[in-house]
Amino acid sequence: MAIATPTPKVNHIGLPVLEYRGGKTTLCAGCGHNSISERIIDAMWEMGVEPERVMKMSGIGCSSKSPAYFMSRSHSFNGVHGRMPAISTGAILANHTMTTIGISGDGDTASIGMGQFVHLLRRNLPMIYIIENNGVYGLTKGQFSATADLGSRLKTGVVNDLPAIDTCALAIQLGATFVGRSFSGDKKQLLSMLKAAIAHKGTVMLDVISPCVTFNDHEGSTKSYKFMQDNDEPINEVDFVASFDDIEVDYDSGQVYEVEMHDGSNLRLRKLLEDYDPTDKANAVRTLMEAHDNDEILTGVFYIDTEKPTFIDLLNVVEEPLATLPEALTRPPKSALDGLMASLQ
Amino acid sequence: MATSDLVQGQEQGAIGTRARVINDFSINVATVNGSGSQSANSVLLKSIFGMGVPVSGKNLFPSNIAGLPTWYTIRASKDGYVARKRTAEVLVALNPDTAKQDTLALPPGGVAIYDEFLDLKQYRDDVIFYAVPFDKITIAICPEPKLRKLVRNMVYVGAVAQLLSIDLGVVEGGLRKQFAKKQKVFDLNFGAVKAGFEYAAEKLTKQDPYVIERMDRTAGKIIIDGNAAAGMGAVFAGVTVVAWYPITPSTSLIEATTDLMKKFRVTPEGKATFAVVQAEDELAAIGMVLGAGWAGARSMTSTSGPGISLMAEFAGLGYYAEIPGVIFDVQRTGPSTGMPTRTAQADLLSVAFLSHGDTKHVVLLPGSVKECFELGYAAFDLAERLQTPVFVLSDLDLGMNNWMSEPFEYPATPLDRGKVLTAEDLDRLGKFARYRDVDGDGIGWRTLPGTQHPKAAYFTRGSGHNDAAEYTEKPDEYVAVMERLARKFENARKLVPGPVTVKDGSSKIGFLAYGSTDFALRESLDQIEKELAKSVDYMRIRAYPFAREIHDFVASHERVYVVEQNRDAQLASLLKLDLPAGQVTKLRSILHYNGLPLDARTITEEFAAQEGL
Repeated sequence: MAIATPTPKVNHIGLPVLEYRGGKTTLCAGCGHNSISERIIDAMWEMGVEPERVMKMSGIGCSSKSPAYFMSRSHSFNGVHGRMPAISTGAILANHTMTTIGISGDGDTASIGMGQFVHLLRRNLPMIYIIENNGVYGLTKGQFSATADLGSRLKTGVVNDLPAIDTCALAIQLGATFVGRSFSGDKKQLLSMLKAAIAHKGTVMLDVISPCVTFNDHEGSTKSYKFMQDNDEPINEVDFVASFDDIEVDYDSGQVYEVEMHDGSNLRLRKLLEDYDPTDKANAVRTLMEAHDNDEILTGVFYIDTEKPTFIDLLNVVEEPLATLPEALTRPPKSALDGLMASLQ
Repeated sequence: MATSDLVQGQEQGAIGTRARVINDFSINVATVNGSGSQSANSVLLKSIFGMGVPVSGKNLFPSNIAGLPTWYTIRASKDGYVARKRTAEVLVALNPDTAKQDTLALPPGGVAIYDEFLDLKQYRDDVIFYAVPFDKITIAICPEPKLRKLVRNMVYVGAVAQLLSIDLGVVEGGLRKQFAKKQKVFDLNFGAVKAGFEYAAEKLTKQDPYVIERMDRTAGKIIIDGNAAAGMGAVFAGVTVVAWYPITPSTSLIEATTDLMKKFRVTPEGKATFAVVQAEDELAAIGMVLGAGWAGARSMTSTSGPGISLMAEFAGLGYYAEIPGVIFDVQRTGPSTGMPTRTAQADLLSVAFLSHGDTKHVVLLPGSVKECFELGYAAFDLAERLQTPVFVLSDLDLGMNNWMSEPFEYPATPLDRGKVLTAEDLDRLGKFARYRDVDGDGIGWRTLPGTQHPKAAYFTRGSGHNDAAEYTEKPDEYVAVMERLARKFENARKLVPGPVTVKDGSSKIGFLAYGSTDFALRESLDQIEKELAKSVDYMRIRAYPFAREIHDFVASHERVYVVEQNRDAQLASLLKLDLPAGQVTKLRSILHYNGLPLDARTITEEFAAQEGL
């Protein structure tokens, strides 16, 4: 007698979540990065993104290894340290029809990669840029990174005496159009933010605090699980309703900031911080600066702008990918060369 | 007759008594940079060209925007020699700061056309002087004070044209072309030319022997600089993604590319079939090139030495992860910032091995503006065929100066997009391994992001990988990939442009050179034959890795002079690494590296000295 196997649950394009999985992780057990990979898998699956339509980009470091651990059916490029923005820019120029997700770390972004990072933000390049932020260099065994908080302490007792770079404040100031912070341990918030990120058109910069269980999860660290559980202050409760979800939710409009996304989906931000307006740049930066002074770790969606043109819009390129344009469109005809030669005689 | 600088000097007799020198001299226009003399220089150059006389122009400019000395030399050569000559016989002295030194540099019997207030006669009594009141003439024809600085330059064009017997009609034709759609600008400029011409006709008495006479050696030819030619090559290669960072002397290559794209690569709906990005630095520029190449676009950047240094890490990634891309390097002097506006061929070694680890690159070496175009488009085919970054090494002399050329020919073959698997291919094959050598040529098959097939994706990485693109630290898997890359490079010897045998007779002595060295070397070989009674052979190299014919050339000669424009004999060093041990000692070097374009006399003298002649 045949035993009936349960049909796996599929998403709205008919794929089971298995088709969004990657290779087995080689990161430490309990590493925050693994939870982030899981949420990316969930978000891509729930959003019904075709895996073949995704490019996974990364630099160098523990974080940058993680694209190997999700979505094996997507092309992936693990480049050089701090240079993921440039490679991503090139890849997106070649094929802007793809969904692009880049995974970086705090060292990869805020130190060696700072130069490229800020210019990616300026360009509002359409991609999701995730910083898996643990405040330390893992692969080289635990040196402070530039996002380590002032006064935080390494296992060895070394105290950080330089201020942290707030990549969210930077991203808001420089032109990213969807900026938020989350915590690898907050499944619900991170998943909602990732789904909204997939729906957004422009640079999404998500700084995800992702504790390093080996080098930065001790007493005195400000990037530990314990510290985040105690000090995580969400400024809004993030709820995402996809365009294909037919859900009616009653809510008090005075308490919820609703954003209609490019693809028709809805991002609903329930205000936890009084009157926080995520479209007010200056206020967003001020709020982040004040939180630093109060030793609070704010999370949530800090800033969103669904109108600003992306870099691809500014370049005014054709709809189809530049990569695969036929020769008839890319090599000018003989008459063009003949004309040029005549003008040079 | 191939007059060398020396022979010419010896021929010159007393002023007014010697024979005319027709179509065989140089003009040196000394100005201040930022004074807008460039278009006047260009009009004079094109006027000589319009007279049918072979001509070349060189801009010797400072790394500065305004106020420092600039010299533009125009060489007319009935024999078609286009390299720099050490001395110019005719000086147009418009820069008070250098007027004395410029006058002292004239050969005996030379000519100085100068601004009358400079009083240069005090410095020489063996030179013919023509004073021209540039300011007075300019004020008379140009009521608008703001425009006088620019118009003033055209006055010298008119005076020089009259003195050298260049037809005013030819100058007019050239000007009309230059200001095609701007009648007012044309009128003003031609007015200035005429005023200079008329002044010379009325007030100056021709005493010098230098004249331009009509010839028919430029019919059908074009004038273009190497950067514009290379940019044209890229556009006719169908480049779609251009990422760059401004740097002298490569900037004009990108500007030329961009201008042509705007002209030829916009759809009827007004959409661009290209993207040009001014990157934040050269690291980003090459990163964008590789990102685009990986995703399937034809991509390029253009830079010079300092940019090449910054691109080193990415160049290694491109080599190891096997990603196409084209990098133009318009060489200038180094080390470090060096002399940014002076020419050199000093990047060859660093480009050939750019990056750490065992990395080596395909390098194309255009030797003319025509080859800047041809190798410019061939580079894209090679990059995609070989799945690797391809470097094109030009230099400031070739890239930024105007050269005469046969018109460029339209590419004879369609674009070669290399080995790319489609979804249909994958249906047929079932699966693929990105770095597996299935064809025995060291080149695997790749897929592009967006290929609609569940088995299309692979993981690109600069870390150790096996032939299935999986991470590895296994010694044998690492070695297998490295050996295949070496085989691919070996295979590239047959695919890159082969050398050009310029002269191959029965001489025991051979010459090897590449790039802009060719212009001076060809002239030098004539000097060697005529003055030293030696016939030598010459092969011009056009790419690294070196084709087998280059080995054969060395093998068939007793000694081989490698002529190049750097201190450390970089081409000779690269050849020594490549040649069989027994051949290495045959190589000798003739080196030139003072930042000025190479001249024939330097080669001839050095050759004579080494040969004990």
